[in-house]
Amino acid sequence: MKKNKKGGWNFVLVYILCLCLCFVGLYGLVMKKNLLKIIISFIIMDNALNLFFIIVGYKKGGSFPVFLKNRPADNIVDPLPQALVLTSIVIGLSITILMVAVALRLYHRYKTFDITKIKELRG
Amino acid sequence: MTLPLFVVLPLFAAFINTMVGRFLKLFSEVFVNLINFVVLILCIIWIYKINTLNNNIFVYEVGGWKIPYGVALVADPVSVFMLFTVNLVAFLVGIYSVSYIEKYTEKWGFYSLFELMLAGMNGVIISGDIFNIFVFLEIATIASYGLVAFGTQKEELEASFKYMVLGSISTGLILLGIVLIYAYTSTLNLADIASILILSEDKLIIRVIMFIFMIGFVIKAAIVPFHWWLPDAHPSAPAPISAMLSGVLIKTLGVYLIVRLFFNVFPIDEKILKMICYLGTLSMVVGVILALYQWDYKRLLAYHSISQVGYIFLGIGLATPMGILGGIFHLFNHSLFKSLLFLTSGALEYNFGTRNLKEYHNVNRIMPITTFSATIGSFSIAGIPPFNGFWSKLIIIIACLEKRDILLALIAALVSVLTLASFLKVLKYAFYTEQKYNTGPKLLKEVPFFMQFSMLTLAILCFVSGIILYPNIKHIVFDGVIKFITENLYIKFILK
Repeated sequence: MKKNKKGGWNFVLVYILCLCLCFVGLYGLVMKKNLLKIIISFIIMDNALNLFFIIVGYKKGGSFPVFLKNRPADNIVDPLPQALVLTSIVIGLSITILMVAVALRLYHRYKTFDITKIKELRG
Repeated sequence: MTLPLFVVLPLFAAFINTMVGRFLKLFSEVFVNLINFVVLILCIIWIYKINTLNNNIFVYEVGGWKIPYGVALVADPVSVFMLFTVNLVAFLVGIYSVSYIEKYTEKWGFYSLFELMLAGMNGVIISGDIFNIFVFLEIATIASYGLVAFGTQKEELEASFKYMVLGSISTGLILLGIVLIYAYTSTLNLADIASILILSEDKLIIRVIMFIFMIGFVIKAAIVPFHWWLPDAHPSAPAPISAMLSGVLIKTLGVYLIVRLFFNVFPIDEKILKMICYLGTLSMVVGVILALYQWDYKRLLAYHSISQVGYIFLGIGLATPMGILGGIFHLFNHSLFKSLLFLTSGALEYNFGTRNLKEYHNVNRIMPITTFSATIGSFSIAGIPPFNGFWSKLIIIIACLEKRDILLALIAALVSVLTLASFLKVLKYAFYTEQKYNTGPKLLKEVPFFMQFSMLTLAILCFVSGIILYPNIKHIVFDGVIKFITENLYIKFILK
């Protein structure tokens, strides 16, 4: 990520938009009535969180920890969040696949994706 | 050096089982139970070892990377105690499943998921790195999603989907907390985070992060505002899995992580602890009132799980040594008697094929051992004096009184009475109802030997484990645990 020269506000905006995306996902997860829409909301929320993790890796004015001769200190982002996000993406993928599998099985039983019609459990 | 084996052995069992178990008959049962037994023996060795070690702590650096940089596995009295609880229940439940799981197909799949869940829980307990905790937490949770849906009937699938939605919200919140804490401290090691946070001045930021973590763990532990997935998910799973989920999973992922993070990692925050205390009280009351109306045996037990985990939260939220002793002891006791009660419900379902309390008859004549163990389990959960539930509830009530909080003590006592009422209903309708003749088409008899063995062992443990409070034994088991939770030994010994 290139260093932002216009000042801090643009950068804060990125964080805020990212959290907004996360809340869009959360809203869909809680309010939507269709199984597939719920799954898509989960994917949105998960990806927003991963994006947030990547953005956090940017430190203003960060440079190499180790200097070589004849080479000026250049900007660098924190590499650790990228490694962690890979793990997090895989976890999100596995949950998504499991959700889709369960949703398909539910479709075979009920012939619908509408959760207002899927209610065996009460009380 | 045997610390990584707690994760490695169950993972190994899970994957070997998927490859070999489907071709060889009886392989899964023998192999998995053998592995569980070995892990249980390791736990007992570690209980002895942790008391003889210098400073009572052992740090294993994975791959030889030094501590703030690499992933560390940490054994201290708290984690060894939790490991023992989890693996004891897992061992007995594994033996029980040998007979119970006969009625399902794909036994190897069941055992593989079971071992994956166990590996995840053990990993959460011994890990000393916050992202590593997240990964193991997800392993345990995803395995439990699969196990809840194992029957693939309508109810199971629906419960599993509900559980997945709530579970993914909770893991999202926990991941958000981890991201924020990494952004704030630039490290992932728990002890290193703690040493940075203790010097920090921004109380508000830390409190917000703690609040996000708290909501995440409270969803995992099914405390009241977020409890409604539990009464669907836990009864829908096969009975041994309900015993594991209610007995240890909600405690490992909810209570243990709250204890570890809020006492050892974050600076102690009175307001957050007070919130935990009141949430616990609320869920005690709501859980038991909802349980009173239930006629489905497993659903009733699931509501009681909510109520009893409330007791644990109340004890821990008081944050006095007495309260924490009560909370941790109740955690151990609850994992024994709740898994026992779920196993008896499985035995009834195995014979009668229904979970409705009104449809059982002549149980005390047909199944004397199940009746005996269910009676002991009910007395333990209701807090009748010689059994273990009484002692832990007594300690929690004394801790409330010590803090001059008479209202909380009264509520705790009242909830105990309501629990007794609810279980008297269970005993009367399910176990001691007599009819003149058997109406069933087949002649019913007592459940197979392995199921009897597990239930009887748990019943005897319920009876005996009150003895832990005897001063000499308490010194070995609990003093280290309480010292590590209340004093800040964790940072001091890891970052020497």
